Amino acid sequence: MDWFGWFKSKNVPTANTARDRLMMVVAIQRDQDGRRNATGEASAVSYLPQLREELLSVVRKYVLVPDSAVQVNLQRESGLEVLEMNITLPERED
Amino acid sequence: MAKIIVVTSGKGGVGKTTTSASFATGLAARGKRTVVIDFDVGLRNLDLIMGCERRVVFDFVNVIQGEANLRQALIKDKQNDKLCILAASQTRDKDALSQDGVERVLNELAKDFDYIVCDSPAGIERGAHLAMYFADEALVVTNPEVSSVRDSDRVLGLLASKTRLTELGNGRVKEHLVLTRYNPQRVEKGEMLSVQDVQDILAVPLLGVIPESQSVLTSSNSGSPVILDQTNDAGVAYDDLVARFLGEDRPHRFLDVQKKGFLSKLFGG
Repeated sequence: MDWFGWFKSKNVPTANTARDRLMMVVAIQRDQDGRRNATGEASAVSYLPQLREELLSVVRKYVLVPDSAVQVNLQRESGLEVLEMNITLPERED
Repeated sequence: MAKIIVVTSGKGGVGKTTTSASFATGLAARGKRTVVIDFDVGLRNLDLIMGCERRVVFDFVNVIQGEANLRQALIKDKQNDKLCILAASQTRDKDALSQDGVERVLNELAKDFDYIVCDSPAGIERGAHLAMYFADEALVVTNPEVSSVRDSDRVLGLLASKTRLTELGNGRVKEHLVLTRYNPQRVEKGEMLSVQDVQDILAVPLLGVIPESQSVLTSSNSGSPVILDQTNDAGVAYDDLVARFLGEDRPHRFLDVQKKGFLSKLFGG
C-alpha cells in the first residue's frame, strides 16, 4: 500500500492544467479557422502548432520519432510567458 | 426593431435551455415583449422548462410549413402576458427547418415583439446554425470545464463567420459569456477553472456567472424558470444577468466562497 500517497491531499489542483491545455487547443482551433483574437491580433500562440511541426521535421532528420515525441507548451504565470519544449527520444534497443 | 438573441454553446447539457427560459422570463418581467423559440427540432424541451408542455398544439415547424399560423402556435406564458413560447417540433425530419422559413417566422415575430430569444440545440449542425444565423447578439453558455470551453470557442468561430450579419458585411454578432454551474469552493481549491481563466481563454465580455445550484433542478422539476425563485443564488444571478443585458450596472456576485458565520455553521444555515 502507498502510505505516502495516502497522507497526501487527494485533491491535486488541476485547474491550471485545464487552463494550459485549453490555451493550446483554442490557439490551434483559431489558427485553423483563420480567426483572430478579440483584440484583432493573431493569437499570441498561433505559431505554436507550426513550430511543433518544424521541430518535429528537424528532429526526424536525425532520429526516427513518433508524432508525440515533440511537445510544445506555453505557460503564463504572473505576466511571464514560458515556452516549454520537450523532445522525447525513443529508447534504444541494444 | 426587434432584437434577436441566440443562446448557444456547442456542447449539450451546459444550461442553454435553462438560460433561455430564465433570460426570456426576466426580459418579460421588465416589461419587454419577448418570445422564446425552441430550435431543437426532434428534442423539444423548452416547453417543459417553461412549464407549458401540455399547452403545445402547434409548433415552430408547423408554422414554417404553413400548417398553422403564428397566432395558433404561440403559447402565452401563464404568469406574464408579455412572454410567449414557440415550441420545437418533435418530427424526426432533420430538414424540417429551412432558412427561408425561419427568416419568414422571425420577420413576422419582429413586428410584435421587442426580443426574440432563440434557444439553440447542441452541436453545430443545421438547427444550431439556423438558431444563430439571424442573431444580433449571442449568449454563449459555458461551464468551467475543458470540453465546454473548447466547444464554446468553436461556436464563437461560427458566430464570427456563419451569420447573416457577417455574411452581409453588416458588422458582427455581439457576444456575451454566460458561465454556468460555477462552484467558487472548487475554484478556490484549484479544482475548477476560474471566471478569469475562462475569460482569458475565450476573450468574450462576461454577462453573468450562475452559481451551481440545487434550485436549477427543482425549478425544472416543477416547470418554473429558475429566475422566478428569487430566494436562490442562481435565480438572483439570472436576474442580475438580465439587468446587465439591459444596460444596468450590476456587480457580479457569487464569485467567491461565502464565508459562513458561526451561527449558520452551527445550525447548517
